[in-house]
Amino acid sequence: MAEKIDLQEIEVWDGNYAATQAMRQAQIDVVAAYPITPSTPIVEGYASFMADGYIDGEFVMVESEHAAMSGCVAAAAAGGRVATATSSQGFALMVEVLYQASGMRLPIVLNVANRALAAPLNVRGDHSDMYLGRDSGWVQMDAFNSQEVYDMNLCAFRVGEHPDIRLPVMVHQDGFVTSHTAQNVCPLSDDIAYNFIGEYKPMDDLLDFSRPVTHGAQTEEDWHYEHKARQHKALMDARPVIESVFAEFEKVSGRKYKRVESYMTEDAEVIIVALGSTVESARLAAKQLRDEEGIKAGVVGPRVIRPFPFDAIRDALENCKAIGAMDRSCPGGALGMLFNEVSAAVYATANRPLVTNYIYGLGGRDLAIVDIKAIFRELKANADAGKITTQIQQFIGLRGPKLGFFETRGGK
Amino acid sequence: MAITSVKNLKEFSTTNERFEGAHLLCPGCAHSMIVRELMNCTDDNLVISTNTGCLEVSTAVYPYTSWDTSWIHIGFENAATAAAGAEAMYKARKRKGTLKNPDAPVKFVAFGGDGSTYDIGFQWLSGAVERGHNFTYICLDNENYANTGGQRSSSTPIGASTTTAPAGRVSYGEKRNKKDMLAIMAANGASYVAQVAPNKWKNMAQAFQKALATDGPCYINALSACTTEWKFDPKDTINISDLATDSLVFPLYEIIDGTELNITYRPKNVLPVKDYLAAQGRFKHLFKPENAYLIEEWQKRVDAKWEYLQRREEARV
Repeated sequence: MAEKIDLQEIEVWDGNYAATQAMRQAQIDVVAAYPITPSTPIVEGYASFMADGYIDGEFVMVESEHAAMSGCVAAAAAGGRVATATSSQGFALMVEVLYQASGMRLPIVLNVANRALAAPLNVRGDHSDMYLGRDSGWVQMDAFNSQEVYDMNLCAFRVGEHPDIRLPVMVHQDGFVTSHTAQNVCPLSDDIAYNFIGEYKPMDDLLDFSRPVTHGAQTEEDWHYEHKARQHKALMDARPVIESVFAEFEKVSGRKYKRVESYMTEDAEVIIVALGSTVESARLAAKQLRDEEGIKAGVVGPRVIRPFPFDAIRDALENCKAIGAMDRSCPGGALGMLFNEVSAAVYATANRPLVTNYIYGLGGRDLAIVDIKAIFRELKANADAGKITTQIQQFIGLRGPKLGFFETRGGK
Repeated sequence: MAITSVKNLKEFSTTNERFEGAHLLCPGCAHSMIVRELMNCTDDNLVISTNTGCLEVSTAVYPYTSWDTSWIHIGFENAATAAAGAEAMYKARKRKGTLKNPDAPVKFVAFGGDGSTYDIGFQWLSGAVERGHNFTYICLDNENYANTGGQRSSSTPIGASTTTAPAGRVSYGEKRNKKDMLAIMAANGASYVAQVAPNKWKNMAQAFQKALATDGPCYINALSACTTEWKFDPKDTINISDLATDSLVFPLYEIIDGTELNITYRPKNVLPVKDYLAAQGRFKHLFKPENAYLIEEWQKRVDAKWEYLQRREEARV
């Protein structure tokens, strides 16, 4: 039996260590992993728990991220709890197997410390890797700080392993800003955490020889479409499951989570929609602007990126006048993902707020409170004018002349 | 009870059937002979992983399966890692007491073609072998990417005509010698390495049983004559395999713990290499006068390799 750890009521953990501790408490059967900055400390931390006798499961240090996810897929098919961690190029190398994991309906928890994608090579945080995996069929949860990394990990096992869902789950955190910033984290005790997650219940277990199973069959035009539609349905059906897991988590932790986290949006005229640690920065900026300039600013942060919270986003945004959708990934010749998805959610509302797109923070470029305040002021100008007064997409925090794309026609 | 003393083919054919006859492999394909023999030479439970390729696309087309055992396919390159992941889960669950059949003996076997073994899955295989997982990897070596229509692989022998290295007006086809996977796997730390062929079925069963009984990673390279891409009559699969082993183009031997090499089949009458080549359409162009030197060189290479294997066996190093 693995040794338990007596945790303090308040620990000082960075996001990586929060993930590692949650993985230890989940009593994972197999972790197959390959280290990559900035998620490396998760893998190292798990290895040191292993070396010190805190882990009963197997830890397989494979030769690449593709192999890491491949090992996870087979281990999950063999009927036990599985998790791993990665970032950036490693995530990119994993992509083929990410689709196989979700298509084979195998619950695996993947911690992603988000980082830019090369070229140019860059180890700092942005959301390029997250966006690369957006259509991979995984449930995707977003943590804005270390506490939430811990909490979302515990919830992730519950959601993914739910008998009606059986899908893999990613927990995203910002590379370095969250993964390497020590913060106060209130963990659950080992027993309470494990009891919350519960024992793993195998399904179509490769190691149950009384009922041989075939995993990873071939389907062509006769069955492929039905399989993919069912997979999408399972992902969409995760919405109420996530809500009930969050409700149960509140009972054991006192911490309340929603699929979309709204901050001061009830009376907000202008709202920023963002992901990751930027949500917390934007909240600070919104509070200051309300106090200092009387701008009714609010912030919306999708806690669950997939299944996309279309309904909850729409409900949170429909009564405001102007929205800034912030994308921390080079949009590659289009509008940003968050812009497109937010616009779709508010398009069918009576009020139809004005939506603009801000690209920011690529390759770890800092986003200061003053930058976010400037965005809120632009949104306020749009709200007052009743039309978009800038180009629809702007790059902010960039050296050189202002960069903007996608002209409006009459401000709409 | 494990089958340890099968005396003849008739007896062998009555051993347990965990690979169904219903599958989509070409008539005359050697893959099914090799797979059936592996599954018939043990009574242990099997967890089998298979790379994308002929075997996979022909045996698990939804809603059917030919596998009456635990089976998994993930991708083109990762069957070795799949075996490793399942084996790791087995160890963890055995320790924690969560297995449904905790006392049943289990063996982990991965199948791949030469495309997924020699080429695209090479790294995954090397990693799984290096880490010492307790599994047996079997390469169904048909010396080309047969599933996609006969492109060259790094197992394709020099002079063969493939769709991506075709023989033509100014080319004799493949320009490179076949990669020596046995030497590589022996050096990679495989506990047991063997080359087998389905025509020598007892020899093959012995190698499979040795591998399954070995505690550690094992690699077996199985000759799988490909009627479609080597261009011979489907009824001649075993005849072609006989020509391969008896000409010593495909010598049968094993390497234990990376050093101890044993030749496991010595043909009574060694046939000339040209007899093997002449029986296959893929080498037809080698019999043009301007290519005669290639057959001579090939014979020299085969002689030299046989000499090398005998010396290795004798030296016990």
